[in-house]
Amino acid sequence: MKSQTKPQTKSLLNPTARFVLLRLVGLAAVLLVASFLVYGLLYLVPGGPMAFLLGNRTGTPEQIAAIRAQYHLDDPFLVRYFSWLGDALGGDLGRSLVYRQDVTTLLATRAATTLWLVVYSSVLIVVGGLAAGTLAALRGGRTDAAVTGVSSVLLATPVFVIGVVLVIVFARGLGWFPVFGAGEGLWDRVHHLTLPALTLAVGSAAYLARITRASVREEMGREHVETARSRGLAETRIVRRHVLRNAAVPVTTVIGLTVAGLLAGAVVVENVFALDGIGSLFVRAIMQRDFAVVQAVVLVLVASFVVVNLVVDLFYSVLDPRMAR
Amino acid sequence: MTTALTTSLTAARRAVPRDPLARAAAAVLALIVLGTLAAPLVAPYDPDLPDLFNTLGYATPGHWLGGDALGRDVLSRLIWGARPTLLGPVLVIAVSAVVGTTLAITAAWCGGWVDMVVSRVLDVLFAVPGIVFALLSVAVLGPGLMPVALGLTVAYTPYVARVVRGAALRERNLPYVAAAWVQGRPAVTICVRHLLPNLRPIIVAQAVSALGYAVIDLAAISFLGLGVQPPTPDWGLMVKSGLDSAMRGNPIEAVAAGVAIALAVCAVNVLGDRLGRDR
Repeated sequence: MKSQTKPQTKSLLNPTARFVLLRLVGLAAVLLVASFLVYGLLYLVPGGPMAFLLGNRTGTPEQIAAIRAQYHLDDPFLVRYFSWLGDALGGDLGRSLVYRQDVTTLLATRAATTLWLVVYSSVLIVVGGLAAGTLAALRGGRTDAAVTGVSSVLLATPVFVIGVVLVIVFARGLGWFPVFGAGEGLWDRVHHLTLPALTLAVGSAAYLARITRASVREEMGREHVETARSRGLAETRIVRRHVLRNAAVPVTTVIGLTVAGLLAGAVVVENVFALDGIGSLFVRAIMQRDFAVVQAVVLVLVASFVVVNLVVDLFYSVLDPRMAR
Repeated sequence: MTTALTTSLTAARRAVPRDPLARAAAAVLALIVLGTLAAPLVAPYDPDLPDLFNTLGYATPGHWLGGDALGRDVLSRLIWGARPTLLGPVLVIAVSAVVGTTLAITAAWCGGWVDMVVSRVLDVLFAVPGIVFALLSVAVLGPGLMPVALGLTVAYTPYVARVVRGAALRERNLPYVAAAWVQGRPAVTICVRHLLPNLRPIIVAQAVSALGYAVIDLAAISFLGLGVQPPTPDWGLMVKSGLDSAMRGNPIEAVAAGVAIALAVCAVNVLGDRLGRDR
């Protein structure tokens, strides 16, 4: 961890506050670098930014002049970068050349679907992964072998293959769920998003199950558990208070990392199920070379990934105060 | 590349006999590699040849896995499709392993600000999901196998480099390195002749476990239509076109390609696990 700074004689901040501050500075640095790279990539395109902004279209001289003015292409690179960054921080991510709308508006109308998808599948991952992993570790034997085997297979199956198989079986074959679309209203939405959320959840749930199983088993063999046993404490109490609680630390990290990674997974899942979320917007924007949208989505993806990681680290230090030192 | 291959082969040979699961995985991989190399001999049909009578065809003795939407033989496309699906990721991992190892050893050897800069850069790269790099690369260079491979190479370099750097730091502090240094051997010689061979098991284990992820990422991007382009046969693309066929009533293509990907990744993961445990 970054918190291993030199021992200070007297710090103004307590360890937790310093830890938070350090992590926030790190977060800002990562975002700054990422935004610079994303913005700078525009200039690596063969033909320069103009070719990119025009994409496959040909522009009249007036349009070209308008685009040059809109993107301030005549200013030096750093000036442009910082004004773009300033706009982005103020919530203005530029205008989409394809949709002729503000990128912020485009993202806002599609954020709900993606958020629903990610939250729904996070719930499935946490419930499914924890239950399967704990069960495998505590029961052992055949349950353990089954969970381990199934989770290895699911881990090796790409998200889109799982999605396609679920569509073939449950939507096309059995007709239990709709094939495409995100639905309206709460119940309809849950109904529409069940297969996509399941698709997104399966691989991560398998991973979480493995980690949970490993860390519960490790705790089961530790000395303090032996001690609790020898003192004759009830098994359920030992499991609940001494095993699961300690096992929660590594499990929490994995949950956080997984949830952060779901946004990238959503890009693929939304395309399998033709959901109108940020992920499908992203893929379409790449195909249509709609650069303002590409920049914005990458920034949003990186930012949420990094922020979720930060939240996990902070939560970690609450769960186990030793981490912050 | 060839040395990496022989090392992984010897490492695999050492690991495999003890474990029936690893043996099965090695057999599956050997089969896939053989099929990939011998595709022109093994594939029963030309993978690009449409056959009107085999359009969305079911499994028959003539076409074991039926036909796709254009009537092309699915089995032949599956055999040919292994090439881009698997060779792409192998290339990605080979380059990431070389670049990652070079960065890691340089950082560990030099220490100080070099180490700090390299580590921070790796941290930042590691902070972004791999598929995002690949998509960004496609956004800049246009769709295709090479842009995706380039993006994934950047994404997987820190995956190798971070672990190798840690190991190289430990190795560097061992007495034999100091002894070689005192004898006046140049730093490059010590790194290449002494450090590298000792780090090799770790590099191979990490590279093999990254290979599984790389296969999945590349297939996913081809599935999105941004990687390998039709009519080249590719497993990710076959799942995509297979989904349409499945909607029209014939799921064989999608399921066959999906199972092929899962099987290959599973086999790679089992071997990666094994190698990681043995080191």
